[in-house]
Amino acid sequence: MNPIISVKDVAKTYASGHVALKTVNLDIREREIFALLGPNGAGKTTLISIICGIVNPTSGTITVDGHDVARDYRACRSMIGLVPQELSTEMFETVWATVSFSRGLFGKKKNPAFIEKVLRDLSLWDKKDSRIMTLSGGMKRRVLIAKALAHEPRILFLDEPTAGVDVELRKDMWDIVRELRAGGVTVILTTHYIEEAEEMADRVGVITKGELILVQEKTELMHKLGKKQLTLELQQPLAAIPPALVAHKLELAPGGGALVFTYDTHADRTGITALLNDMREAGIGFKDLATSQSSLEDIFVDLVRHSK
Amino acid sequence: MNVEAVRAIYTFEMARWGRTLMQSILSPVLSTSLYFIVFGAAIGSRITQIDGISYGAFIVPGLIMLMLLTESTSNASFGIYFPRFAGTIYELLSAPISPLEIVLGYVGAAATKSVILGLIILATASLFVPIRIAHPVWMLGFLVLTAVTFSLFGFIIGVWADGFEKLQVIPMLVLTPLTFLGGTFYSIKMLPPFWQTVTLFNPIVYLINGFRWSFYEVSDVNIAVALGMTLGFLAVCLLAVWWIFKTGYRIKA
Ligand SMILES: Nc1ncnc2c1ncn2[C@@H]1O[C@H](COP(=O)(O)OP(=O)(O)OP(=O)(O)O)[C@@H](O)[C@H]1O
Ligand SMILES: [Mg+2]
Repeated sequence: MNPIISVKDVAKTYASGHVALKTVNLDIREREIFALLGPNGAGKTTLISIICGIVNPTSGTITVDGHDVARDYRACRSMIGLVPQELSTEMFETVWATVSFSRGLFGKKKNPAFIEKVLRDLSLWDKKDSRIMTLSGGMKRRVLIAKALAHEPRILFLDEPTAGVDVELRKDMWDIVRELRAGGVTVILTTHYIEEAEEMADRVGVITKGELILVQEKTELMHKLGKKQLTLELQQPLAAIPPALVAHKLELAPGGGALVFTYDTHADRTGITALLNDMREAGIGFKDLATSQSSLEDIFVDLVRHSK
Repeated sequence: MNVEAVRAIYTFEMARWGRTLMQSILSPVLSTSLYFIVFGAAIGSRITQIDGISYGAFIVPGLIMLMLLTESTSNASFGIYFPRFAGTIYELLSAPISPLEIVLGYVGAAATKSVILGLIILATASLFVPIRIAHPVWMLGFLVLTAVTFSLFGFIIGVWADGFEKLQVIPMLVLTPLTFLGGTFYSIKMLPPFWQTVTLFNPIVYLINGFRWSFYEVSDVNIAVALGMTLGFLAVCLLAVWWIFKTGYRIKA
């Protein structure tokens, strides 16, 4: 299947000389939920802004459903809805007016019934005649989502949809995203929260310092997450892994005082019993044991540290 | 052509104007009327006539011009500055809409407001002084042309400005003085020769005289030159707007 968005060798250096993106390549598949994960200043907003036409790339090309975003901007942009990170709204307008405006701006004929549906889905219907400045932050976030959905986009960008949002609203937001995907919309969201990526995404991309350092199926990441480590403190330090134990996935800790065994908790057999049997037969005793599990957080921190 | 988008921007801008109807119509109408009363009645009783036209009537075209220039400029500049300031410009930039359509929406709305205001003030003026319009079509032509040109000019200011105070600087410190010195209240023939020559470098002289000619068929300058100057300034503004969108100046990082 052709990617719905294809980012090729996109780089961005701002006028200030700051390099925000260094040669990013990324394909987004149709109807997936893609989470872009990264610390502050990683370049998430920059990447999204370039795809949406708000920032000019320094180099590289982007296609959306086969259309070049620079040359064929009308075709591309009418497919895309964007919910920005900042709560930028027309403060003095009513919810209804601003959402209807968005639909018109994207070239769609008026359709009050559809706008009503969007507002109802986002629990904004009773606020439709309120001025935006009178709404709470979470409600403003919903208004921005309504604006982005007003023209029935096939692709939705959510730049930190749950920043500054309480647990309740966050759950709502996740439900909304899932419903959209069920309706055939491709969703790309950015987040600082690993649980969010874990909860929502089909695939996760990790970006830091302008580099996309990892793109992976979430299940694959979860698989890594499912790995556990068994550390066996030995009675006598070893110089090398004895021949009797090489069949096992073992590592000798620095100094030789411990053996580290990595196993998969999801597998039918962890191999722990076999290992312990082999150790007893080889006469290797241990005085203590501990197990540990690496979280997505650990993987993430590890990746970010290694890329420094 | 994204007609829906132009319509959306245009109606959105007109609605914004409608909400503040009191200050947006009443205040220019009121201040211009005050000029008629103060200058037309008080001073007019002493000056009596210029070029065979009663003083009160003579100043009407210039005063409408003054209002047209300042209102067009500040209206259009605010229209585009505010989305930049509030950050809502992201939507404009991410929409399937061309620079031409953005300009049509914003400048079209600003120019419409100015033309409406101009006609209201003209109607108000006719209550105070006898007005004769010799060339109604030319009068409307100058009115629309000036409104469009200075709305474009305002759009440029709105993109250039990086603070609310800068929006006021040009209308207050450039346009108003130039209009006052451009023969709103007098015929430049009344000036000493040296100042007559200096005044001819003020582009607003041509706008006022072109407009006044369409009323009373009197002008201090050649009417073709007046029209040419207006069209020239329109061309300069169009070029500047084209450059803004080509380079993304102050709207796109
Ligand atoms: N207009 C600009 N001019 C200069 N530098 C900029 C501009 N916009 C962003 N930057 C810089 O580019 C880098 C990437 O910014 P970006 O907003 O893309 O990060 P981000 O990943 O979205 O961060 P956050 O999680 O905080 O939203 C930052 O160092 C930022 O300071
Ligand atoms: Mg960001």
